[in-house]
Amino acid sequence: MAEPYQHKIANALGDPKLQLAIYSATGRLADGRRRTVSTEAFPDYQELRQHAHEIKKHTLNHLDFYLQELERNVEARGGRVIWARDGQEARAFIRNLARERATNLIVKSKSMTTEEIHLNEHLAQDGIEAVETDLGEYILQLAGEKPFHIIAPALHKTREDIAHLFERRLHAAHETTPERLTAIARAALREKFLEAGIGITGANFLVADSGMVVLVENEGNARLSCSAPRIHVAVSGIEKVIPRAQDLGVFLNLLGRSATGQPLSVYTSFLSGPRREGELDGPEEFYLVLLDNGRTKVLADAEKRQSLYCIRCGACLNNCPVYRKIGGYSYPWVYSGPIGKILTPQFMGVHQDPWLPFASSLCGACAEVCPVKIEIPKILLALRAEITEAGIQKGGMVEKLAFRMWAWLMRHPRIYERVAPVAAAAASRLPRAGPLKAWLSQRDLPPLARRSFRQLWRERRK
Amino acid sequence: MPRVSLFVTCIVDQVFPQVGLAMAGVLDRAGCEIEFREAQTCCGQPAFNSGYRREARTVAEYFLQVFEDADYIVVPSGSCASMIAHHYAELFDAGDTRIAGLASRVWEFSRFLVDVLHVEDVGARLERVATYHDGCHALREMRTKEAPRRLLEHVRGLRLAEMDAAEECCGFGGTFSVKFPEVSGGMARTKIDSILRSGAEIVVSTDSSCLMQIQGVLSRAGTGVRTMHLAEVLDSR
Ligand code: SF4
Repeated sequence: MAEPYQHKIANALGDPKLQLAIYSATGRLADGRRRTVSTEAFPDYQELRQHAHEIKKHTLNHLDFYLQELERNVEARGGRVIWARDGQEARAFIRNLARERATNLIVKSKSMTTEEIHLNEHLAQDGIEAVETDLGEYILQLAGEKPFHIIAPALHKTREDIAHLFERRLHAAHETTPERLTAIARAALREKFLEAGIGITGANFLVADSGMVVLVENEGNARLSCSAPRIHVAVSGIEKVIPRAQDLGVFLNLLGRSATGQPLSVYTSFLSGPRREGELDGPEEFYLVLLDNGRTKVLADAEKRQSLYCIRCGACLNNCPVYRKIGGYSYPWVYSGPIGKILTPQFMGVHQDPWLPFASSLCGACAEVCPVKIEIPKILLALRAEITEAGIQKGGMVEKLAFRMWAWLMRHPRIYERVAPVAAAAASRLPRAGPLKAWLSQRDLPPLARRSFRQLWRERRK
Repeated sequence: MPRVSLFVTCIVDQVFPQVGLAMAGVLDRAGCEIEFREAQTCCGQPAFNSGYRREARTVAEYFLQVFEDADYIVVPSGSCASMIAHHYAELFDAGDTRIAGLASRVWEFSRFLVDVLHVEDVGARLERVATYHDGCHALREMRTKEAPRRLLEHVRGLRLAEMDAAEECCGFGGTFSVKFPEVSGGMARTKIDSILRSGAEIVVSTDSSCLMQIQGVLSRAGTGVRTMHLAEVLDSR
């Protein structure tokens, strides 16, 4: 019986239009990255990656210290820090704030963290409208869909798809050029910016020594979301903190290149709290919601802790041959691709989707491009070990027994030599089932050699 | 004369014995003193990659016992060589003397020729247009990128036509190939599109497992392109 994820994978593989869309979009992003990190374009790239890795490692090993420093500095600048153990606490704070400030319209810029806690859906239940202002996210909100990709959420939508959507949902004219489509969205969003009582953003980096929130984007909507409304709320995972403002040089140089192949993204905003006396712009109130939601659980494991180094650049998705086949909707959680494959089991528990860490050829392309050098394949292997240990994957009992027998056979070469050909011959005569059937569903199988290497070698020596 | 102990991986032993013989022939002509220890079986990677660490460890222990006093262990596979050179460290305690120095004794075949023996021309001849597939573990874990190409460039009559997706995974991935057959097959078909674009007649690699996958899809698609292990190419005369 096929499981739900198998249906999703089959759907993605069976949709040629989608395949092409994923392939060309991820290919473009991957090519851009490759060009901007090449030795000629950026000689310090490898050193910088190592440096970024070390900074993240140090920070996460002393996370309590840096988070407290961050809190002190945010509050010294007139902002407030809210510690949220989980999505519910984060959502409750935002809902109450909206009620107290008597607003039921919120503008939002792109944030995977708020996707993670399903903020918009919950706010809607409370009668509060949260409008996405990033073009891709806005398209998905109109379509009622989730992000397909960490940095390019509507990557799977063609211009034609978007034109139809705008016609249907915004009663707009049928336009298919990017400029016209953007203009339609912009006009619809402008009113929202002006009316909204609260602007919500995520955070790319939180700087401990200065209490700064750093936002990186290409459209300018994040900048508007945190400055047009009276109140700015930034929602961030606790792992986004870095020690010093000077460390930004390392990360900003890596983020734009790895994500989109830009030496620097179009807009980088350095936000330091609410507007102060004599300042011309900025919100009147600023809140930083620091979300745990399972992160401290990941932190507790010394080997897998590095999963939290992620700066959400999306490079691992663009370079993943599996993601490029199965697309973002085959993964069980908002984080897809290689990083999703290691985050999901750690946040949700390995029991939820035990197949996930096995859906990898362990090719290592992800680790090769990751700007903070997360050893994704190594973590996948560790997760696989946890899953087989718990015996929770499909067919786990049979597989375990098979590997036990195999391991015994591998230590008894004389018996192995006699058993291997017999077993293979028997398997080829069996009705085509199990692994053999799976193999043959896609490709031909070479026959076993009539004589093994060891036999041939022996004969030669005689 | 370097003393070389051949590790003929389980798939080469059972399915592609000619690859093992070819490797032995090339190393022999390059002046190595060769031995094959008949007690050897597998490196343990199938169990390790499937999450069965205990089983992998018992097989790894057995491997270490068989090759205990071997000088160089040369392997016709970047993937199996990496399992031994890198991943054994995850199966044993850091201080375990059995794995000390292992990484400098275990070599993927092409890099052993080029980096240890300093041989690039093995005197081979093969009139073919060839393209080279970078096996993922050979490339990313064993840093095998230049060596096979240098060796191929010295093969008389052979023209190397690089494909655009040389570094892209073929989709094999061990049990991944049968646990997610459609995804694996899809990856392989993307790979062969690139192979066919290169105009090559043969696909060469350091890993028989990748080649089994690639050959399987090439022949299922009815193309005449064939796969050859690097050792077979270098043994052609
Ligand atoms: S895991 Fe690395 S490559 Fe993937 S999104 Fe995170 S930082 Fe980028």
